[in-house]
Order: sequence, then structure tokens, then C-alpha cells
Amino acid sequence: MLESLIQGILLGGYYAVLAAGLSLMFGVVRFINLAHGDMAVLGAMGALWLVQTMGFGVPAAIALTLPAMAALGWLMQRLIFERALAGGFLIPILTTIGLAAALQNGMFAVFGSDTKSLGAHIGALSWSSWQLPGNIFIGKLPVYMFVTAIVVLGVLHLLLTRTPFGRAVRATSTDAEAAALCGVDARRVHRWAAAIAVALAGLAGIFLALRAQVTPFSGPMMLIFAFEAVVIGGIGSLRGTLIGGIALGVAQTFGGMISPQFSILAGHCLFLGVLAFRLMRVAANDRGGWRSAIVAVFLHRDRLRRKA
Amino acid sequence: MASMTAEPMLEARGIGKSFGALKVLHDVDLRVMPGEALGVVGPNGAGKTTLFGAMAGAFPISSGTIRLAGQNLSGSNAAERCRMGLARTHQVPRPFTGLTVFENIHVAAVAGAGLSITEATTRATGILERTGLTAYANRPAGALGLLDRKRLEVARALATGPRVVLLDEIGGGLTEAELDELIALIQGLQAEGLTIIWIEHILHALLRVVTRLACMAEGRILAEGDPRDVIAHADVQRAYLGSSPE
Repeated sequence: MLESLIQGILLGGYYAVLAAGLSLMFGVVRFINLAHGDMAVLGAMGALWLVQTMGFGVPAAIALTLPAMAALGWLMQRLIFERALAGGFLIPILTTIGLAAALQNGMFAVFGSDTKSLGAHIGALSWSSWQLPGNIFIGKLPVYMFVTAIVVLGVLHLLLTRTPFGRAVRATSTDAEAAALCGVDARRVHRWAAAIAVALAGLAGIFLALRAQVTPFSGPMMLIFAFEAVVIGGIGSLRGTLIGGIALGVAQTFGGMISPQFSILAGHCLFLGVLAFRLMRVAANDRGGWRSAIVAVFLHRDRLRRKA
Repeated sequence: MASMTAEPMLEARGIGKSFGALKVLHDVDLRVMPGEALGVVGPNGAGKTTLFGAMAGAFPISSGTIRLAGQNLSGSNAAERCRMGLARTHQVPRPFTGLTVFENIHVAAVAGAGLSITEATTRATGILERTGLTAYANRPAGALGLLDRKRLEVARALATGPRVVLLDEIGGGLTEAELDELIALIQGLQAEGLTIIWIEHILHALLRVVTRLACMAEGRILAEGDPRDVIAHADVQRAYLGSSPE
């Protein structure tokens, strides 16, 4: 039980990194990137190509892939997303659906459909673990990935709260027009936010390739996990994203204890439960609080019965 | 009063603006000289705020030109116009609610005036004191009351180091005492030589600051000049009262 809890928490670090990019794009650019999962897979494929074809070590491949993903995010915002955003509500959604399909099929054409993993290139790290009291085994790789996630999200938090760039990002996410009237170049802020978001997606993809396998079609499932972590933790808060990622990871690990097939479903159930609670809370607030809402619901039911 | 032979600080010529089939501004001409305070009045829907939006670059204009100190602003977006020295406040305050009051001012000082972090901190501290917001510096801007939100609008505009400030109904919704405080602040800015254009419905407040008045109705300038003459103008009376005085 305790081992599953720890494993779930460690898995949450991966989900938090995956979700942070999606949350940043939505929070700052007001843009839901439905190709986010596919960009994560692209990051993984890029690192795999550098390691397997070009002969780089894994750390060097990561160091090269992340700036390349950031540059790709910047360019996509500049060349595609900005234009899509100018087209109203529907165009960005259709654009990213098309982008996701193009990325999946493009990666299929270039890398093939085989499952790939970086696990074989990190030696004993992929399977070695620490033994804790109580005969609990904790994998070294999940711990390193979790620590990396905490450091990355911590640095991002400091960037957003302690620097002029971060203030400009937060001002733009609150009111882009008012920020522009204060001299903030919203387009520049959006491009850098997209660069960070896509780099985070790339890092999450590399995490997945380190701990499991990826295929060119792994993106949609990663997108769902990212959405779930964002919804569970709340949009616009890195701390919330981390909590959401951990909650999703713990739910999946506990679900897996019941049955291996129940692992993913447990995460979906938690997501639906949190979503339902949030919607009910909004409805309750509209009716003056939980107590008033419950009374109103029961009174309404009694009235309907009397009418019948 | 500023010399009328000098180059205007801000000049709008033949400004037209349509939103679809609706024409909101019709060939509006407006000029304000360096250090001058110009008041703009007019009934609701006259196009006053749209004129401010056009000058500040919130949206592209359909026709006309806008010049700031002789420099054509066509092709400049809102952020660029701000960095050139044109700042505006909003009728309904729009603070960055997730940022503290200090951060709201600091972000404007860095982005709008191009100051370094240290310089922006010094400027923000001075502006906090001047606008009476020092006690709220570390509070989230979303927690401020109406008067302090209006002060923050002015503070943020000042932080950008403007040459011209466009004040949009900054006195609306305030008590007389609060209004007095705000007027004292604006009078101080005027005394320092800042060029001001102030849209306001509260005429007695406006007349304590401005030296010239323009009245708009249905997207046009009806009258412009000495405030008393403008108020007495028959077209202005008709626009406000529905008929000209006997």
C-alpha cells in the first residue's frame, strides 16, 4: 500500500510536467493545444533519434532536444497559432486537431510504427532501485524523474513570480489588452510561453520514453492524461498542476492494485469525480451555498412529487 | 496656457471608425498642445471611449491619422504607442488581479518605460507614494476597492513614463471626497507639464482641471474651445438636453 502510494506520487511528477505545458498555453495564450501529447511524442522521438541514430548519450540528447522543442514551440506560435487565434474560437481547435494528425502520421512515416524506448540506453538505471525499511522498493529512475519535475516546475514558478518576464506573462494572462496598453508586447510573451510549453511537452515525452515505450500514436492518450491532471489540480497554478499530476498518478497506481485493467480507468474516474464536484460547487454557489442548494433540490423534488 | 503655434503633442485628424455597418467615429479632429489639459464630454454613445481606443491603438482605425509629437502612429500597436509615450486609463479599472499592486506598477515601468529592474523598483515606489497606494503595495490588485483601483489605473499609466495620458471617466462612481483626492493628483500631474486628455461626465470635476473642452455626440466633435463657451453652445445643449435653450 505504502509502496503503491510512493510509486503513484513519483508517477505524478511525470504527469505534472506533461500538464504544466498545457496549462501554461491555456492560461497565458488562451489556446488549447490538442497536439500537446503529439508534441511530447515528437520530443521523445527526437531524443531517440539522437541516441539510436546519431550516437549521442541520453543526457546529451535531452540537452539538445529541449532547446529544439522550445524553438519549435516559438515558431509554431509565430507561424500557426497566432493566425489561428485571430480566426475565432473554432479555428484553433481545428488547427491543432490537424496538427496532431499531421504529427502522428509524419512520425509514423519517419520513425515507423514500432514501440521505442530509451530504457535500453540508460543501463542499470532503468531497473535499479533503493530498498527502504519495510521491504519497500523504490525505483531510482522514477525518483530522479520526480526530482527533475520538482526542480523544473520550481524554476518555472520562480520565473513567473520573481522576474519581469514572469510579471509580463501573468499580466498578459489576466488581460492581454490592458497589458499591451502598459507596453507589454503580448505577442512576444505568447511566443515565449509557447516555447516553454512545448519544451515541457518534450521533457514529458522523454520521461515517458525513459520509463516505458512510445509509438507515433501515443500522443492522444498523453493529451488525455495532461487534461486530467490540469482539471484535477486547477488551471493556472503550477502547484495545482503538481497536485493534480500526483493525484492522477496515485489514483492510477491504486487502481492498478485492484486490477491492471483498472489502472487507467481509476484516473478517469478521479477526473470525472473532481469535474462533477467542481460543477456542483458552481451550481451551489449560485444558490447561496451547499446547504441552500441541497434544500432547494429536495424542495423541488417534493413539489414535483406533489404535482404528479 | 500652451502656445497654439507650437507642434501639438497629440493630434488626431479625420479619424473614422466603423464596427461592421455601424460607424462610430466620423472624421474626428482633435489636438492637444504640450502640457495642456483637454476635457472631452458628451452623452453616452458619443464615441468618446472609442476615440481613446483609436488613439491608444486598441484597434485599427478606418480612416485618418494620429500623430504623437509629430510622429505618425499609423502601423504602431498599443504596446509600441505606450512605449512612445501614450498612456491611458480605463473607464472600468482593469487591474492585473493576480499581481500585487506593486507588481502592477512595476510591470508597466519595465515594459512601458523600458526601465531596468532597479530603476523600475525606484519608480514604482515613488508612484505608490504619490498615488497613496503604499499601504496596499503587497496586496493583490484584485482586492482593492473602487477608489484604489482608479488610483492604480493612474499609477500604472504614470509608470510607463508618458508624455500624454488619456483618462477615461476616472471620477465615475467616487464620492465627493474621493473625487477631490483624485483631482488633486491630476492637478499635480498637470502642474508638472504632463499633457492630459480627460473624458468625464462629472463636469464640475473636469472644469477644475481642464483649460479647454471638446464636446462629442454621435461620433462627431460638436464644439471645442473655452469650457464656458462649449457648455453654452447650442448644439451641445441640444445633445445633452434634447433641445437648445430659449
